[in-house]
Amino acid sequence: MINNLTLNNLRELEAEAIHIIREVAASFEKPVMLYSIGKDSSVMVRLAEKAFFPGKVPFPLMHIDSKWKFREMITFRDHYARENNWDLIVEYNREGFESGIGPFSHGSKVHTDVMKTQALLQALDKHRFDAAFGGARRDEEKSRAKERIFSFRDRFHQWDPKNQRPELWDIYNARVHKGESIRVFPLSNWTELDIWQYIRLENIPIVPLYFAKERPVVEIDGNLILADDDRMPPELAAKAKMRKVRFRTLGCYPLTGAIESEADTIEKIVEEMMTVTKSERTTRVIDFDQEGSMEQKKREGYF
Amino acid sequence: MSQHTDIQSFLDHDQKKDLLRLLSAGSVDDGKSTLIGRLLFDSKKIYEDQLSALERDSKRIGHAGDQIDYALLLDGLKAEREQGITIDVAYRYFSTSKRKFIIADTPGHEQYTRNMVTGASTANLAIILIDARKGVITQTRRHTFLVSLLGIKHIVLAVNKMDLVGYDKEVFDSICNDYKNFVTPLGIPDIYFIPLSALNGDNVVENSEKMPWYHGKNLLQFLEEVHIGSDRNFDDFRFPVQFVLRPTLDFRGFSGKIASGILRKGDQVMALPSRKTSSVTRIITSNGDADYAFPPQAVTVTLADEIDISRGDMIVLPENQPRCDRQFEAMLVWMDETKMDPYAQFYIKHTTNSTRARIDLVRYQVDVNTHEQSTTDALSLNEIGRVVITTNKPLFFDPYQKNHATGSFVLIDPITHNTCAAGMIIDKMNPADLHSRISEPELKKLVEGGKSLISQQELTARYRQKGVTIWITGLHGSGKNMLAFSLERRLFDLGATVVLLDGSTVRSGLTRELDYSPADRAEQLRRVAYISKILNDQGIITICSFISARDDIRKQIAQIIGIERFMMIYMDADLQYCRNNKPELYEKAEAGLLSQLPGYDLVYEVPNDAVFDLKPENLNENIDRIVDYLSEKAVFPADINE
Repeated sequence: MINNLTLNNLRELEAEAIHIIREVAASFEKPVMLYSIGKDSSVMVRLAEKAFFPGKVPFPLMHIDSKWKFREMITFRDHYARENNWDLIVEYNREGFESGIGPFSHGSKVHTDVMKTQALLQALDKHRFDAAFGGARRDEEKSRAKERIFSFRDRFHQWDPKNQRPELWDIYNARVHKGESIRVFPLSNWTELDIWQYIRLENIPIVPLYFAKERPVVEIDGNLILADDDRMPPELAAKAKMRKVRFRTLGCYPLTGAIESEADTIEKIVEEMMTVTKSERTTRVIDFDQEGSMEQKKREGYF
Repeated sequence: MSQHTDIQSFLDHDQKKDLLRLLSAGSVDDGKSTLIGRLLFDSKKIYEDQLSALERDSKRIGHAGDQIDYALLLDGLKAEREQGITIDVAYRYFSTSKRKFIIADTPGHEQYTRNMVTGASTANLAIILIDARKGVITQTRRHTFLVSLLGIKHIVLAVNKMDLVGYDKEVFDSICNDYKNFVTPLGIPDIYFIPLSALNGDNVVENSEKMPWYHGKNLLQFLEEVHIGSDRNFDDFRFPVQFVLRPTLDFRGFSGKIASGILRKGDQVMALPSRKTSSVTRIITSNGDADYAFPPQAVTVTLADEIDISRGDMIVLPENQPRCDRQFEAMLVWMDETKMDPYAQFYIKHTTNSTRARIDLVRYQVDVNTHEQSTTDALSLNEIGRVVITTNKPLFFDPYQKNHATGSFVLIDPITHNTCAAGMIIDKMNPADLHSRISEPELKKLVEGGKSLISQQELTARYRQKGVTIWITGLHGSGKNMLAFSLERRLFDLGATVVLLDGSTVRSGLTRELDYSPADRAEQLRRVAYISKILNDQGIITICSFISARDDIRKQIAQIIGIERFMMIYMDADLQYCRNNKPELYEKAEAGLLSQLPGYDLVYEVPNDAVFDLKPENLNENIDRIVDYLSEKAVFPADINE
């Protein structure tokens, strides 16, 4: 009995993403799914599980650990990968870590470059991945709006926004020479609201930091920074106050501001999002470095 | 608590809304970015802080005086912002309570035709902007042509800047009439006309009080209500297999996206190209098992019987099959900075299928502004033409206008791997139309030519033979030359008059300026064919030893020489034999020092019309067979009384 021949927005986005994920698995020798532990990553990972159900996903997850992530993120990551039978690769920039690079001592720019961008590039080279999935969405940030779903990177992992391959229909060009690679963004067409709706619809587990709770935070340059561990300089940590806060995005804890919130369910988060209008990346400190800074980072190889 | 319920029901309702993908075509001058910015802004989806950042930016590089420059919201990349134009395709998102919208925002100038085509490829609807002061201009025609080429079924003609023509109904009506006059032949099913002012927000999301004479829908209202549900093809079931899922020994599923049509559990289906049939046992969707599936669902299908199906195959219903062919005609949009090389072997990607393809012929080029046709040999960036394409293996396709998913393809440059063209299949080639590439003008000349004073009978009597060409084809190292030289020796010993032509002899002088590209290989063979023809005309037997990898070229050689005196021998040696025979050559190719080696990175088409398929190992036996054959056919020795 055929009673419906239309897909709603979420199911259409889901179908598109699954198609993209399968296309990568079929076209590349060694793909990897980059896992940031954030809500978008969590959705992407669930889509991959669906794409190959009832089989196992034919590629691993990789987390680039900047060594400054929220502790709850790491706990969540390990638990999720174990429960869902994922091959999980964790990589970090050993040299940067050993020379003590961190946001408090070196600032956000150096830290992000060494512990995130460089760490990622090293890991991609080390494993010789020819395709890497990322959970980025086009609506997140201006420069992403033009990025392809299959986004070509040269041998140095560089993105050339002026010289992108045309991408038509749902036909993706997966051809690369040795050393070149493709970054793949299956969530390109999702918005923040779509992500929340999908998490709600599919009951996808996410890191509890997204939900409001009393947490010790310090106000630094207008951002509420969680006193997550004892690497926070003591003069700052001393100013920590318990406030009911949550995080709209997750990254390195010293670089990710919390917002004061009462939203402790997905419904309340969406409500807050629809009424309290602050676009989500503004709580990421790194975007304020310079005009067009995300575009700059992306050219250099950052996701 | 009631608030909690409100948000619950809001979300429940919200998650049911559908998705509309639209293309906005127009240039900065038409106020396109302003219109989109306004749509996004007025539908209250631009967040507060993006706005405050915008106010900061506007003061520095804005182009709209003291007002908010909506265009700044859109033009993403720095360089473009400074130039004040949108260069690439940018995708924008906004939602209302009824729909979610994805806007493919593309630049309007002619040099960005490829960007517009890209944006149009996924769109359900196109907004074509007209400046009310200028009316229907060249750019309008171009945009409309591209929209119809890409098969978009809904157009909104947004007549913008009505404020600058005093909101005059007559201006609007006159523009609508002009537009209708030229758009009618294009057969676009749904066209809607809206007068508006993006700058002032008239008829964008609210009906304007300034144009009380307009009783239609405002832009947002139209976008929310336009019916797109029946635009998809639900009639012709096509399921290109994307991935074979085999997690355990007893589960084998075929994953992919339903390209068109409906699949039901229990359906008898046929797999192409094997044409084996089976029935559908399970349809696994993203949301569990289902009784049926429809486009664009991504599903996994299991079948009752173990039939061999792999990626690139297509599952269809036996009573409704697509075309299955190696040759078809298509409209092609050239997207590469490098001009089309008509002799290159491209990669073609069509549904989940990948193979090699070549462009046999550009029938004509279409002027995107005037729609006029002209002849050309090759297309350049942004040019559009009707072409004939031949692929290495059969593809399963439908005409694009009937089925976008199975009628579209891209060509990929074999060297740079850039996506160099987008194609929309028109139909299968008519076999009577088969072209020949080395040829047509030359073939006409064959009719004429000087007349020898020596007759064929005199020549046969003198040489005791008929002039024929023994054409030996095969891979590098397949033993062509060994056969050629030994055969020459044997025939000479038997008293025949023979001339041998081989690659190195010819290349040392006659064709020394030619390289190993497919184009130059064809030219070299053309010259050899004419020499051979001249020698045959004089009663001489020629032995030609050339790889001659392409079937169509060999057929043309036969035509030049004369089919009745062209005798082809195929050296049937496998790649391993050839490699052992000429290791240095194949090693070079493997090391990437040498490219375009037939059988390695260039296709060698095995002939099916050779007189003999010979194995190189049996040299003497091979020569005996050829000599016997020549005698049997009275080529040598010839019957001098004939």
